[in-house]
Amino acid sequence: MSHFMLDARQLLCPLPVIRTQNRIAQLSPGDTLEVQATDPGALHDIPAWCRVHGHEVLETRRDGHEIIIRVRVCP
Amino acid sequence: MTVHPMSSQPPLAALPRVDFRQAAASAAPKKAVALISGGLDSMLAARLILEQGIHVEGINFYTGFCVEGHTHAIRHHERAMPKRNNALWTAEQLGIKLHIIDVIEEYKDVVINPKHGYGANLNPCLDCKGFMVRKAREWMEQHGFDFIITGEVLGQRPMSQRRDTLPVVARESGAFDRLLRPLCARLLPETLPEREGWVDRAKLLDFNGRSRKPQMALAEKYGIKEYAQPAGGCCFLTNQQYSHKLEDLWATRGSKQYDFDDIMLLKVGRHLRPRPHFKLIVGRDEGENNFLHGYRQRYTHLYATSHEGPLVLIDGNPGEKDIELAARLTARFGRGREAETVTLTVTDTAGNSREWQVAPMPANVIPPEWYL
Repeated sequence: MSHFMLDARQLLCPLPVIRTQNRIAQLSPGDTLEVQATDPGALHDIPAWCRVHGHEVLETRRDGHEIIIRVRVCP
Repeated sequence: MTVHPMSSQPPLAALPRVDFRQAAASAAPKKAVALISGGLDSMLAARLILEQGIHVEGINFYTGFCVEGHTHAIRHHERAMPKRNNALWTAEQLGIKLHIIDVIEEYKDVVINPKHGYGANLNPCLDCKGFMVRKAREWMEQHGFDFIITGEVLGQRPMSQRRDTLPVVARESGAFDRLLRPLCARLLPETLPEREGWVDRAKLLDFNGRSRKPQMALAEKYGIKEYAQPAGGCCFLTNQQYSHKLEDLWATRGSKQYDFDDIMLLKVGRHLRPRPHFKLIVGRDEGENNFLHGYRQRYTHLYATSHEGPLVLIDGNPGEKDIELAARLTARFGRGREAETVTLTVTDTAGNSREWQVAPMPANVIPPEWYL
């Protein structure tokens, strides 16, 4: 199990979702991915994408203008 | 002694009736990929097929011209309005997976060279639908799916959903009879999923025409109370003003080319072309100013320092007189519009800044044709 980072800052939705989707496709179950974004839409859309694909959202938070979303990859 | 091969078997009448179509279906569950736009029709089409026990997954294409998403994020930045992606929301309501595919680069050829031409604006609807079904067909083949479904309704759209153009999409996409339109299937020739008994044609629909009432009634039946109803469609290319700005971009560059930033900037701000060799992009609110801020190293840009006002990008090669004109226009769109003079900072692409003092341009001397 490994931890990975994804910089999706300055991208507007749905691009942060697409980048998350494509990165997760390369990871293994149990890996975690931390996505950094700046589009507020990501706060809604990335967790929604995770829900429909069965991945676990461990954390969502704002840090100033930045949004952090941590995801655990599920089978 | 001859042994009759059937002698040890019960008489035919006693055999259980086997529906071979069902047996085949249960042996290998069939899988459909649904084009999900985020609107009601594709949602209903997917729902109809889910009801028939088919495994459905959604696919959604991001062309760069999609109305939702970016526009919500750029404008009204601080509003509490939901900034959801409607395709994802639809998938969640249906309980299906959704795959969002970036087709920005490949889509350029559809916009620049549409084989079937444009609609009322720069919308290449027929080529676009053919492209999307072709991409869905490729995805279907790569992922071992069996057929494609769309929310198309016969007669609903003047270009891509006519009786004579629906077969064009099926043919040019290479999907042929693996393309099923559940909302109007009974008005169309049988497709492979119907012929093979993967889906029951009798349970498919015969929607026809531009009325939305049948869809709304079906939504009511399914208890679907909330769905996106984009007033101008879901694509900026159907928008007259947006198309005009794109035509202007092509005309001034002398070629029908664009990159992703070009088409993003066309969605943002007021665009004014006071002279053939430059135009201004004027932020209309804080969200747009913030967005334009990200482009300030690529464009000469200006903003008022004596009053609140927009960030303005200059696209082109302005001379001194042009910059003065741009400064007067920038002052016009800020809080200092009634002041005698407004102080502005102008920064070129090399990062050199200068201060200007100008009189704001009165609204009544800005020719309407400057507005794109």
